[in-house]
Amino acid sequence: MNIGQFLAIFISAVFVYNVILSRFLGLCSFIAISKETKPAIAMSLAVMFVTTMSSIITWLIYQFLLVRFNITYLRTIAFILVIATFVQLVEMIIKKISPPLYRFFGIYLPLITVNCAVLGVAVLNIDMFFINGKAIAGSFYYSVFQGVCVGVGYTVAMLLMSGIRERLDFCNVPECVKDFPLAFIIASIMSMSFMGFNGFKL
Amino acid sequence: MKFESKEFIKGIVKENPTFVLALGLCPTLAVSTALTNGLGMGIAATFVLIGSNIIISLIKNIVPDKIRIPCYIVVIATFVTITELFMKAYSPALNRALGIYVPLIVVNCIVLGRAEAYASKSSVSNSIVDALGMGFGFTLALLLISGIREVLGMGTFFGHKIMKGYEPMFIFALPSGALLVIGLLMGLFSLLKNRKT
Repeated sequence: MNIGQFLAIFISAVFVYNVILSRFLGLCSFIAISKETKPAIAMSLAVMFVTTMSSIITWLIYQFLLVRFNITYLRTIAFILVIATFVQLVEMIIKKISPPLYRFFGIYLPLITVNCAVLGVAVLNIDMFFINGKAIAGSFYYSVFQGVCVGVGYTVAMLLMSGIRERLDFCNVPECVKDFPLAFIIASIMSMSFMGFNGFKL
Repeated sequence: MKFESKEFIKGIVKENPTFVLALGLCPTLAVSTALTNGLGMGIAATFVLIGSNIIISLIKNIVPDKIRIPCYIVVIATFVTITELFMKAYSPALNRALGIYVPLIVVNCIVLGRAEAYASKSSVSNSIVDALGMGFGFTLALLLISGIREVLGMGTFFGHKIMKGYEPMFIFALPSGALLVIGLLMGLFSLLKNRKT
């Protein structure tokens, strides 16, 4: 475990393999909620929180339940159940202790259960930081850090996109590309510019 | 029988999951670099759709309303695991090419969407037809996108070279090409729809 490895994870998760623009995880929410900046920020914060927490939980489940009892093939079922339950739990807790916060991102939380980014990062962690079913040194910290970084990458893409789309409201675009098609074309150009980060040699 | 053919066709054109409903885009874009990958993903998703639609329409009266979504997710995840294991055993190359997008079929909005919107209210036979139509529409969309991307980006068709001296536009094999292709295709779909009405 060293600092260089953490830096590599950060740059690769945020820029080079950006969760949305290069891996296409969480694309549905990205296109649907990026019309204005405020909901986009709420959604990004919620996603960042859930990817971090689910990285922790799924790593523990994988290491101490699935690997231990040799049932790693149940990975998908176990992860999705844990994530769905966790999101539900967070929603209930927030509703109870902080109604303003619940109003701020309450409606986006249930959406996160089916956000591919969350399950995606859990599966990625397992693929990257377990070799032949054994955790590599520092695997837990790498996983959690990757969870945070994927959330950051999601936020970066979301903020850029919502800023662009807010300005596009004042533009006169052809009827047939309004909304979704135009959003995809913008995302394509953004993705092209993110390709510049491929030059990073790590 | 007439009713059922209508159920089948709606998934392909009028309610095409990709271009019209804009569901399940993540795997569509990620795996559509080559036609074989697109076809493999389409078949895998169709299998999961059929299996989960059958089971869900069978258990729809037993499952309490409040916990129906978790129940559906477990059913879907089971079929995804079956698909994953099958793919690992019989086609390891395809499994490697599709990577993490195979387990991600669980969170493909098409599958849960059909379970919630259709299978939980309909008879088994209708659900099967609906799953077939949706799966077919999804596969067609994948083939269309991956066809465009493979021909332009690699200059090949199902792995065979089609034109001599054609310099591939590699950008179409990259993520940004995928986003561009689907953006333009969606624009085309809505243009055609507007013209018709």
